[in-house]
Amino acid sequence: MKTQDDIVVGVRNLVKQYPGVKAVDDVSFDVRRGEIFGMVGPNGAGKTTTIECLEGFRQPDGGTIQVLGLDPLRDRYQVRERIGVQFQSAALPDRIKVWEALDLFAAFYSRPVDWQPVLEQMGLAEKRDAYFAKLSGGQKQRVFIALALINDPELAFLDELTTGLDPQARRAMWDQVRTIRERGTTVFLTTHFMEEAERLCDRVAIIDHGKIVALDTPQNLIDSLRAENRVVFEVVAPLDEESLRALPGVVRIERIGERVVVYGQKDGLVSGVVNALETDGIRFENLRTEQPTLEDVFLTLTGKEMRD
Amino acid sequence: MLGFRKLTIVQAKLYLREPMAAFFTLLFGPSLLLLLGFIFGNEPSPATGGLGYLDQSVAAYMAMIIAIVGLTAVPISAALRRESGVLRRFSATPLRPLTYFLTDVLAPFLMTLVGILLLVLVGAVVFGVRFEGNLFSLLAGITLGAWAFFALGYALVGLIPSARAVIVIGNVVLYPLMIFSGAMVPLAVMPEAVRTISRFLPLTHLVALLRGLWFGQPWGDLLTEVAVLGGMGIVGTLIVARTFRWE
Repeated sequence: MKTQDDIVVGVRNLVKQYPGVKAVDDVSFDVRRGEIFGMVGPNGAGKTTTIECLEGFRQPDGGTIQVLGLDPLRDRYQVRERIGVQFQSAALPDRIKVWEALDLFAAFYSRPVDWQPVLEQMGLAEKRDAYFAKLSGGQKQRVFIALALINDPELAFLDELTTGLDPQARRAMWDQVRTIRERGTTVFLTTHFMEEAERLCDRVAIIDHGKIVALDTPQNLIDSLRAENRVVFEVVAPLDEESLRALPGVVRIERIGERVVVYGQKDGLVSGVVNALETDGIRFENLRTEQPTLEDVFLTLTGKEMRD
Repeated sequence: MLGFRKLTIVQAKLYLREPMAAFFTLLFGPSLLLLLGFIFGNEPSPATGGLGYLDQSVAAYMAMIIAIVGLTAVPISAALRRESGVLRRFSATPLRPLTYFLTDVLAPFLMTLVGILLLVLVGAVVFGVRFEGNLFSLLAGITLGAWAFFALGYALVGLIPSARAVIVIGNVVLYPLMIFSGAMVPLAVMPEAVRTISRFLPLTHLVALLRGLWFGQPWGDLLTEVAVLGGMGIVGTLIVARTFRWE
């Protein structure tokens, strides 16, 4: 049973129109307290427009939005006191030092946190006295997250957090987001990386052409495909396909040269295949499993590939 | 209030870290005075109405500093911050736009006052230039001039979306003002045509106002100047209020 208190963002029939295009077209969803909620879709799908309506930076053309029980436009200063915002594109003055930025932004809130631990948590302690312009892309992004956390927000909006970061920095950023949630902050994020949404989010709304086409946990979305798992391996010696085909859950087998692909249901597929091969004394190489991902969900729902 | 105080301090620090702005605000006036002072000296001359060249110039250079800050430092910083997304980042906090705006003009104004103080000190110590007016009147005149020119600079930012264009137009407006307003070259030595044009330039009026107040002229003699600059301040402020946006 969800009470009003558990819903930190409530959106009903949100519409935002730009000349000639409906950027957001009748979108409704709730974000629950304590979760990492992801909005995922290609560039131009309406993610940033939606998040900017929630943050009170854009006037919706239709529908209602509640953020922490307030109207993000009418009560904008009350809302800003309690949320943290990280923009897809924003900046700080080139010659502001990292500590000055944190100290300054802390002064804008009535109940700021001590900014020194935030600096350390973000791994910026060494860059305390560096000018903002001298930081790397990843460091700048961490400064912006630190600023978004400076008021210990109940809700943090992270828009395209990891765009432009290398894979290693991206993974480090995921850990930061999990830490934010563990401290009790609800996270609303947008991304066009399906893997990011799958790994990081408790629930995911897939948005395309301004409409939400699916909303659930990543696992439920993937399971809803009823897609087969695959076990792929290579053999040099002849292979008796019948003993594999007889395994429970196996649907079909494909063989291209040395490469064998076994399709089947998830439970027990891998161990069944490996056991059967060992029992028959067949040497195999490069065995791996391929599972359906959120990428497959997106492809199925929209009929197109996501591209980075 | 804490936000206002800290933001003012940070704005002032950022201002000083910008070499161009810091030079033209703090050092340009005193350097020009030193240079021209050593060339022309401060002997009374008929071309400058019986006064020494520098007696005439100190107040005029004050006006020039105000115009330079108002038409370059203030709008360039505001336009670049709007374009790069700095203002957007500020707008996501409970900070009120008006608070930001006040600190954004207060910091350059304080720097302008420091620049003017340095100018007067150099004039007094090196050339024995004397101040014959009322300090509060002069401060009031400087404030009026800063309001008029900062508002003009900010109005450019409100009216012109691109930062690059703001920089170009600010300079395009500034240089003729400096040359034809009697700030650098006394109007007495200019041809008649230039003197006619100069009557329509706001910097001419600021030079006249500050020069008058410097020599202790009563406000009653300076009503035209006050009206022109006050009108400019009001129009500029209205334009800013109607056109300036965080993004």
